[in-house]
Amino acid sequence: MSRDGFDLALSIGGAAGQGIATPGNILARIIVRRGLHFNAYNAYQSIIRGGHIFLTIRVSDRPVHTHGDKIDLLVCLNQDTMDRHLRVMGSGTRVVFNSDTIKADDAGDGVQLCPLPVSDLTENNRNKLIQNTVALGAMTSLLGLDFAVLEDGLTLALQRKGQAVVDENLGVARNGFEYARDRFEPFANAMPMGPKPLAVWSGNEALAMGGAAAGVKFYSAYPMSPATGVLHWMAKNGRELGIMVRQVEDEIAVANMTIGAAYTGCRAMCATSGGGFALMTEAIGSAAMMEIPAVFINVQRAGPSTGVPTKTEQGDLWQVLGASQGDFERFIVAPRNALDAFNTIPELFNLCEKYQCPGIVLSDLLISEGTFSVDPDDIDMGPKIDRGELITEPSTTNGYKRFLDTETGISPRALPGLEGYVHVVATDEQDEDGRLISDEFTNPHKRRQMVEKRARKFGQAVGLIAAPQLEGPPEADVTLIGFGSTWAPITEAIELLRQAGITANHLNVKWIVPLHAGVIVDILSRSKRTIVVENNYSGQFYRYLRSETGLDVDGHIRKFDGEPFMPHHIVDGVQEIIAGKTDRYVPVHELTV
Amino acid sequence: MAVAATDRRDPAQLSPKDFKGNVDPDWCVGCGDFGVLRSLQKACAELGLRPHEILTVSGIGCSSNLPGYFNSYGMHTLHGRALAVATGAKLGNHELTVIATGGDGDGYGIGGNHFAHTARRNVDLTYLVMNNQIYGLTTGQISPTSRVGMKTKSTPFGSVEQPSNPLTTAIMNGATFVARGFAGDPKQLTELIKRAIQHEGFALIDVFSPCVTYNHDNDFPFFKERVKRLEDEGHDPSDWKAACEKAMVWGDTIYTGLFFETSETPTLHKLEPVLDEGGALGRRSLGLTREQGEQVIKRMM
Repeated sequence: MSRDGFDLALSIGGAAGQGIATPGNILARIIVRRGLHFNAYNAYQSIIRGGHIFLTIRVSDRPVHTHGDKIDLLVCLNQDTMDRHLRVMGSGTRVVFNSDTIKADDAGDGVQLCPLPVSDLTENNRNKLIQNTVALGAMTSLLGLDFAVLEDGLTLALQRKGQAVVDENLGVARNGFEYARDRFEPFANAMPMGPKPLAVWSGNEALAMGGAAAGVKFYSAYPMSPATGVLHWMAKNGRELGIMVRQVEDEIAVANMTIGAAYTGCRAMCATSGGGFALMTEAIGSAAMMEIPAVFINVQRAGPSTGVPTKTEQGDLWQVLGASQGDFERFIVAPRNALDAFNTIPELFNLCEKYQCPGIVLSDLLISEGTFSVDPDDIDMGPKIDRGELITEPSTTNGYKRFLDTETGISPRALPGLEGYVHVVATDEQDEDGRLISDEFTNPHKRRQMVEKRARKFGQAVGLIAAPQLEGPPEADVTLIGFGSTWAPITEAIELLRQAGITANHLNVKWIVPLHAGVIVDILSRSKRTIVVENNYSGQFYRYLRSETGLDVDGHIRKFDGEPFMPHHIVDGVQEIIAGKTDRYVPVHELTV
Repeated sequence: MAVAATDRRDPAQLSPKDFKGNVDPDWCVGCGDFGVLRSLQKACAELGLRPHEILTVSGIGCSSNLPGYFNSYGMHTLHGRALAVATGAKLGNHELTVIATGGDGDGYGIGGNHFAHTARRNVDLTYLVMNNQIYGLTTGQISPTSRVGMKTKSTPFGSVEQPSNPLTTAIMNGATFVARGFAGDPKQLTELIKRAIQHEGFALIDVFSPCVTYNHDNDFPFFKERVKRLEDEGHDPSDWKAACEKAMVWGDTIYTGLFFETSETPTLHKLEPVLDEGGALGRRSLGLTREQGEQVIKRMM
């Protein structure tokens, strides 16, 4: 355990179909009911049966931003997991496994092997998933918890399957618990109690809830990993919350339906991953041209093309920067974690409606499919809602101009159905009153006027978004620069660097467009040494930063193997770069997942 | 959608002229689309609709310029995407009369995917396809409905591909109102449009709207010699098999009229409980109630 207080990571590995999710969910519930924080990352593959699934849950009495650097408790549901991971287990760790089917050899010094004779403990139960319950019992003992804690958790999780199932599992779990209690030494620090129960969510659920809180009335989607979780939340909760949720034929339809619904006054949102986003891009440009506010979420996975559907990457930055032909205004924002993602959606809707343009959210698999504890008091389901200049009262006078060229560039918006404001919006260039310029009035003066009108309204937008701030000591040896989800591993790496005698601070850029370029120049020009940390090969964020600020940096830490940064990867990179060994460090991912 | 005559103004108050847009069409002289526009204006006037209650949604192409020439709310969207946008708009405000317009390339070619799925979903909208069997705005290439052997700039030696049949396609995909009109028969077309608007569900009217500039195979005389009204043939529009048979006839006789209609399939917005009460989604107040918010968080604990 790397910090004061309680900080423990447990991992459960097996094949798809071996039921890792259920013990994971039960443990998550137990953790938050005790008031503890957790951060869970599931390394998985695009496969329904077989392969290797590796769930890591890091638990702490303080908020934890990553799944950490190491594993304290490994549960192997198959031999493959043992073969892959036993070698990384260090002194003081525990390894739980079914000794009927799994062999352990060559454990490192100080690794406590905890073999469980599952057949004996389950009276030869033929259910292949029963070993998970035995393991849960043993884990409960190793974590220093009373059996009653697991009893509550199991009962809660299984009660809808009937009392017989609950009783069977409780009996087996108790056998596992008692077997482990009598033979294996628990961790020195028992899992403590926190001050109050916490809640559980994934980043995708946070995005969906952010939409619900923002007043989203229309959500459509085509299933695509790792964004599908947003659809699942919306589908489950939409009817109760008055949200129209539709799964449709492709992402082209998704984006265009979103725009259709948004034109009628709905707050409308959709989420996909890079491939689906590629199909949406023409529509995003049309939202800009028709000045229709809508939110498009890209949950990045490793690309290009189908890429690695179940792995993370920050490789779509230039895709969203260049999304759709032409030169137009759009917001692009990359939240740093699930709570930030939740809070970003209502803020983005307010901005998009004020400036009547599309907004793009860049999430990634790490944020979206990660599962996290969250303090329920931090979730504001009633955020501020600002619809911008929206006309709501009918009129008897004619002469409404949908694209009126105002001083601010913002033209008051009327919704169809309202008397006195009939107009046409077009994907062609158009006049102030919506007449099609390309067909009737191909007029360079009017074209210039409309381009400048749309650009002018966006010119003020940067003043309404928060400027990036330097986190950590201003006088540091090194400034780490990142965007989006790297906030978490960088934040933890800075603490580890401090322990290693290197002071570092952190510039996380959340709002990509518009960009507070001046503020960034101001901050970075005072930095002693600058390193960009990003989850892609070519340095997409670095290249964007340089193009917008003219600044160069001193080093790069990049990772593009599909797995997220672990804090120590960044620590290693900073040390190598400071030592002058390289200016571009690519960590090796030690876990074979 | 169903139009209740009682809560409308006296239809006499609005004339087709009231549905004239602020721009004159820039279609070629003699284009079939003029007749379609006039029939739509007449149909809306006769139904007692008012411009602000209508939303026309089109894609890209000559005929997709129609919303600019028609006095109602309008969206001139991307090529092929009219039905997707129209579906979103109808679900966003199901109180609007939504009329999608476009051409055969826009609807059956690049938009073919949405055509099949909008029919299947039975979204309550009227889809007027001005079918000229050619790509006109791009100066004459084959379309999905061009006949075998047709010579165009993209098929200088004659097209070798079979044309698609929009009527049977629509019927097979679950459309609940399938008709064919002809720009040269405005009386029948106006009646078809009125019925289509009144129909609750997805209503396709494929309209022969000859391109006088680029399609010299399927011009007004070609259709005038061949079209026969189904209503004169004693066709039963509830019989989908007979509808398909009639729709497959192509030669000396080509049928126009209402091929198929059913009221047995409910329209999409009536199936979605979110719309049961509270009016149009797009007009509802935003944000959740305190109870809704608390309930959401409680489930996470």
